[in-house]
Amino acid sequence: MSDQDEKSSDQVVITILSKTEFLKIVRRVIETYFQSQQFQADVIRQVVLAVDEACSNVIKYAYKMDGSKEIRVSLSGVSEGIKISIRDYGDKPDMDTVKPRDLNKVRPGGLGIHLIQSVMDEVTYDLSPDLGTCLMLFKRYPETGGTAP
Amino acid sequence: MSVIMEVKEQKKGLYILSVQGEVDMSSSNDVRQQLALLLNAGTAVIIVHLVRVSYMDSSGIATLVEGLQQSMKLGILFRLVELSDAVQDIFKLARLESVFSIYPTIEEAIKEV
Repeated sequence: MSDQDEKSSDQVVITILSKTEFLKIVRRVIETYFQSQQFQADVIRQVVLAVDEACSNVIKYAYKMDGSKEIRVSLSGVSEGIKISIRDYGDKPDMDTVKPRDLNKVRPGGLGIHLIQSVMDEVTYDLSPDLGTCLMLFKRYPETGGTAP
Repeated sequence: MSVIMEVKEQKKGLYILSVQGEVDMSSSNDVRQQLALLLNAGTAVIIVHLVRVSYMDSSGIATLVEGLQQSMKLGILFRLVELSDAVQDIFKLARLESVFSIYPTIEEAIKEV
């Protein structure tokens, strides 16, 4: 991914309030966008899950369940795949705690990071904004079937 | 409301909880509360029927793991039946398929009880 890829003619941007009941709106947008890019159904389900987990983490950790804040999700097709960014304006994550947990220890919770990293080809946290974080995710087009925009 | 639940007492002490819809951060607590009611009702067997779950996130998984762990403490059999594609996806990603007792049909889940 390069800076030249930042602007895309097929960019979709959605901003929601940080309410858990709005997560389904983000899921529908991700699902529709990836369907339009010819990804297979199982891959789409996984990407929807990864983005949903990322937004859930924003609500839980960046905004501490305050439903009055904003989450901006943007999608854009670049030459090799789909870029997704999830921008919040809350507390920055402590990167020492942003780690997938040991799956051999069966316990409730702590799965979100593992799911995101398992599904996406690239996961990058941009902590440079003065306020909040931008989580950048990237999913490559499938070797067959996907089409670059 | 993104999740609908139905509880049926198949026979004395054997409850089937059928879940329909999207189990996510906004609805998993409803499932948790329903499971808590069953866990505290003198139940012997809880069967959670998941074929009509169109989406499940990690909070849904956490709810099922809590249900399993509470059941083990209380000596209750806790079984999952007919995982939908969406549920199978997250079970595979979370490597939970061997943690739960999973059956393809309600009949098979009940047969050995």
